[in-house]
Amino acid sequence: MRTLLRCLCVALSLLGGVAHALTPAQTLAIAAGDNDARLVALNAAAAAGGDARLAGFVQALLDGEVKVAGDKVYLVQNDKATIAATGEPATAPEDAEDVTNNNRMRGALDAVLSTLRLFSPDLSVRRAAIVDLGKATLEEGRLPLIDKALAAETDPQLRDNLGRMRAAILISASDRAIRLAAARELGSSSQSTVAGLLAERLGAGGETDPEVRAALQQSLEAVRGRLAWGERLGVVFTGVSLGSVLLLVALGLAITYGLMGVINMAHGELMMIGAYTTYVVQNLFRTYAPGAFDAYILVAIPAAFMVAALVGAVLERGVIRFLYGRPLETLLTTWGISLVLQQAVRSIFGAQNVPVENPGWLSGGVQAMSNLVLPYNRIAIIAFAMLVLGGVALLIARTRLGLFVRGVTQNRRMAACVGVDTARIDMVAFAFGAGIAGLAGCALSQIGNVGPDLGQSYIVDSFLVVVVGGVGQLAGTVVAALGLGVLNKFLEGLSGAVLAKIMVLVFIVIFIQRKPSGLFAMKGRSAEA
Amino acid sequence: MSAVLPLPTLAPRRAMLLGMKGWLGVTVALGVVAVIVPIANLLVPAGSALHLSDYAVQLVAKIMCYAMAALAMDLIWGYTGILSLGHGVFFALGGYAMGMYLMRQIGSDGQYRLPMPDFMVFLNWKEFPWHWALSDSFLAQMALVGLAPGLLAFVFGYFAFRSRIKGVYFSIITQAMTFAMMLLFFRNETGFGGNNGFTDFKRILDIPIATPSMRMTLFVITGCTLVGFYLMARAIVGSKFGRVLQAIRDAESRVMFTGYDPLRYKLAIWTLSAVMCGIAGALYVPQVGIINPSEMTPAASIEIAIWAAVGGRATLIGPIIGAFVVNGAKSVFTQHMPEYWLYVLGAMFIAVTLFLPGGIVGLAKHPRVLRLLGRSPRQEDGVAS
Repeated sequence: MRTLLRCLCVALSLLGGVAHALTPAQTLAIAAGDNDARLVALNAAAAAGGDARLAGFVQALLDGEVKVAGDKVYLVQNDKATIAATGEPATAPEDAEDVTNNNRMRGALDAVLSTLRLFSPDLSVRRAAIVDLGKATLEEGRLPLIDKALAAETDPQLRDNLGRMRAAILISASDRAIRLAAARELGSSSQSTVAGLLAERLGAGGETDPEVRAALQQSLEAVRGRLAWGERLGVVFTGVSLGSVLLLVALGLAITYGLMGVINMAHGELMMIGAYTTYVVQNLFRTYAPGAFDAYILVAIPAAFMVAALVGAVLERGVIRFLYGRPLETLLTTWGISLVLQQAVRSIFGAQNVPVENPGWLSGGVQAMSNLVLPYNRIAIIAFAMLVLGGVALLIARTRLGLFVRGVTQNRRMAACVGVDTARIDMVAFAFGAGIAGLAGCALSQIGNVGPDLGQSYIVDSFLVVVVGGVGQLAGTVVAALGLGVLNKFLEGLSGAVLAKIMVLVFIVIFIQRKPSGLFAMKGRSAEA
Repeated sequence: MSAVLPLPTLAPRRAMLLGMKGWLGVTVALGVVAVIVPIANLLVPAGSALHLSDYAVQLVAKIMCYAMAALAMDLIWGYTGILSLGHGVFFALGGYAMGMYLMRQIGSDGQYRLPMPDFMVFLNWKEFPWHWALSDSFLAQMALVGLAPGLLAFVFGYFAFRSRIKGVYFSIITQAMTFAMMLLFFRNETGFGGNNGFTDFKRILDIPIATPSMRMTLFVITGCTLVGFYLMARAIVGSKFGRVLQAIRDAESRVMFTGYDPLRYKLAIWTLSAVMCGIAGALYVPQVGIINPSEMTPAASIEIAIWAAVGGRATLIGPIIGAFVVNGAKSVFTQHMPEYWLYVLGAMFIAVTLFLPGGIVGLAKHPRVLRLLGRSPRQEDGVAS
């Protein structure tokens, strides 16, 4: 390996970046003859770099798809033969022999292949190659190669990565001065791998020189300080992200429960319906309009709202309107409804989770810091939650329907007396709350599993949000959702997910001891109602 | 609570706990569980039509444990108006306390042939965690059966009732408690076997647990406990204490203005109800042979409420009937058409609350049904209110 690299580096320095087209003579030299000669030819060709055909040829050699007949080298792929050097179609003679590679040869081919990728004109290929290189053990023999790649690299981020790799090799170099310089240089890094590397050098069997050790220690502290910031921001981000999910879930509840006073245990199942609607829309797009697949979510959002709102309206007319003013009965009945809905989904779609794919523009994420990636789908959900919140707030505060809903909530008889159709308002308001649940389900389908149990995992949390936030006010719901989300993620970092949940619960119980008004917005006699 | 139930208005206080018919019923029930079932299971040969299979005995025993939980639910929900969605936790806590003792009774007969329970060996624990300190003693664990759920209920109830959390808020908070306890018991580190819980019991009081006579002994104990609980609940409901509970259910503010402190009454019946559930759980575990955190799911707790509702709230006998009807149906459905069971259960929730607020007992006392049976409706039952 080391010999190979050395050859390679010598060749590289001789030939520079001169792009060299692959010649038939080269392919023959690589494919046939004595193994040592083949290696030399291979390295010479690799050193020339630049020709994409070489990578394909090396891959074909590894896959056993190369045949030699006389002085011609053929690639035989899918029963079609081509001349290896030029790619012209050809017919391989009957007596063409398969090229065989022993383990030494295969190793060399592998190494060349990964090296070639470092110089690929394609940015993403280079990025992957550098990531692979970083995963391998970094040894001093790789240094010339990395130097070479560093010189050729134009992308600032990849230059950065290569520079760190270089420093990581230097830090264990045999020369003390080089080690010292490297130790200082690494202090500007903000990668957890570098912190690990520094700590390893400080550990037993690592650095022995006191001055270098001091430099290492200083760099390590600097790196760790920077990493801690990334972690803290990560906690805040996941907390806000969970909070916005809770907010979406709780917004629907804030209407059905907060304004109308209906305990809807089937709220989670309405979310599930929204998520399954998204799944169905996705499948329709995949079957009938695969070209527009990335846009499916734009259709899924209104569809999820409409389907969930329709189910909500049916529930309100069919069951819930008979139970107004009897919260405990409502709780049990809606629990029964949730069981039926879950089982219905199992009967239709099966008990397994169904796959919902992110549209292309929602996958991936922003690399905010070296140890902090903000996924696009999470960012989109935060924005979506804010949009829905704004929409609900506007609807309740500024529209005629919102006015009626508030009027019916405050004084049903009086509202009826001035001509509001209270039964219709009940139905519309409940359907609206259910529709918001459908939107929440659509959003959840982008970040989690879609299955019959989807609603169950959020229902307890979301009820607590509404209870803590206080009944009848959207602002309370927002603060409670975000607050509980961040608190939960913060405690999770301290003590693990389960204990965090329990601690949040204890916190809520203490909270309502201190501030029962968070629970009971209504005071006096009406609180007894 | 304005959630008006068509409940019987209070009958004039009787000197006797039960009427003639009532005592007759209790005697018959005791006779069935203590004499007829043992004879039908142990003495009647297996081929005979009168033979009761082991499966049936186990099923009935299991349902009797559920019936105790439903009875406890009736005291707190039917008579005091507090819907608990956490009774499954108390049931499971009692079960776990019993399970700990049974795990110690396995001794070195586990998979690993070591004196510690298998799951601890698997987790590479060298000594028992602190809460297992007394698990070797039958008496200590039996005390824990009542103490663990009782203490949890007392502390939780004290804080909840003190801040006047009531109605549906209380239900939601208890459900959150259930959820948190379930998560806690799913953890391996908690020391209760995590996901798998406790199973593979071998002995109780050094007597092999799987023998027919041991099974029958447990069955008889369970049956007698159920009858005992029923009589106790009947006594509570008829006492002055029970009347205050019902007054709290109907108009808590007025009870307060009359000079009673609802906190004490609610806390007392809440804790008692939890202890009853714990005992039911402790009887359940050796007969069913397994306890795991699935008993603590929020769904399991809500199901207890539906047993009480199906049978008829605030009737005491209703929840027992409800537990038998619902769980009987469950065992039939899960055997023959499992995919339909949740539809049936869901439909029960909806139908009972919408159409049958008095449950089965209420239906049986409905004037039309009575007329159908050729009896005149008795006014003092006041069902039609």
